[in-house]
Amino acid sequence: MTTRVSIVGANGYSGGELLRLLLAHSETELACATSRSMAGQPLHRAHPNLRGHVDLMFSDPEELTPCDVLFLCLPHGVAATEIERFLDLAPLVIDLSADFRLRDPETYARWYRAEHPAPGRLGEAVYGLAEVSRASLRGARLISGVGCNATAMNLALLPLARAGLIDRVIADLKVGSSESGASSSESSHHPIRSRAVRTYSTSGHRHCAEVHQALGEMRLDATVTAIEMVRGVLCTAHVDPVERVTERELWRLFRDAYECEPFVRIVRDRSGLHRLPDPRVVAGSNHADVGFAVDQESGRIIALCAIDNLMKGAAGSAVQSMNLALGFDERAGLEFPGLHPA
Amino acid sequence: MNSATTTTTETQTAACIECGGELQFRRSPRLGQVVMCSGCGVELEVVSTSPLALELAPEVEEDWGE
Repeated sequence: MTTRVSIVGANGYSGGELLRLLLAHSETELACATSRSMAGQPLHRAHPNLRGHVDLMFSDPEELTPCDVLFLCLPHGVAATEIERFLDLAPLVIDLSADFRLRDPETYARWYRAEHPAPGRLGEAVYGLAEVSRASLRGARLISGVGCNATAMNLALLPLARAGLIDRVIADLKVGSSESGASSSESSHHPIRSRAVRTYSTSGHRHCAEVHQALGEMRLDATVTAIEMVRGVLCTAHVDPVERVTERELWRLFRDAYECEPFVRIVRDRSGLHRLPDPRVVAGSNHADVGFAVDQESGRIIALCAIDNLMKGAAGSAVQSMNLALGFDERAGLEFPGLHPA
Repeated sequence: MNSATTTTTETQTAACIECGGELQFRRSPRLGQVVMCSGCGVELEVVSTSPLALELAPEVEEDWGE
């Protein structure tokens, strides 16, 4: 029996990626895709890559009917205000916004500068990054999506955090334009965005909260720079370790953390062009490529992670989480290896 | 640099000096032979066969900063 899935807010980029993944998923059937602004129009009007793959039209959100899994791709702050209605519609709800990522209401209020509309549900939501919460995802009722920059930082740092090696981290993030979503803004205007190398957040990025929650409190700063790229995040984390380590020891730590992970690949080649993670290589895929190096002079560790922000940083992790929650093959619908050249 | 080695009747193995991964020699290693570690991609040169010893093979560096 197939699992009937619906997507609320399916006209955005994350919604489009969910549609692409779920239409090809062996266990799911698309029941409904809503968009208030595009109700009655074919899905390919927003997602031209899906032309010929689906006959559905966008529905009005008020027309939602019960289903097995409900994905929410709404602006931050919206899902939480209607979460009870959504939970009544499906036994599994996966919210891709930031509304349920942080377990503690006070932490949420500090980072998002607003009281949480449904604080009673925060403790119930499972963070949708399989590499840190796989066991809790099995059988979950409410799953939160992940922050794309947070995911790049989390996966770059996870082996070091587990080993207790981190004294201080400065994460430098280079990000593509699709991070800002499908709605246009002054910053996405082509003459401004094209060829940008524009640092827009020097410190205090909200996604740091997800790193503290997933990996434990640490001295962490993140700087985010928009670059000429549509999809992708590259995190280059400069880590002052509590003690010196060799690259060989880092190999062991990264292998211990990731050798059983279906979507995390260690990229640390000595030869060839592709020696370290590169977001172009993972575009369209659910892979997270991680790598590392040690500065022999200072002992500083450089830990890297490249992801597609719309995939491992959003829709891909959401589908991976659904697979775990429902007992499907964790890789189902996510086997696409990416494009090269992209 | 020496590396830990083991020998079976068919395959001789050594640890990669870069990442610690296992290297397999299905035939007896030859002096000067260059092998690549499938884990980290490093190229290693056999500098001694008895005992088996490997060193990093020379490689072309990428430098666009000049």
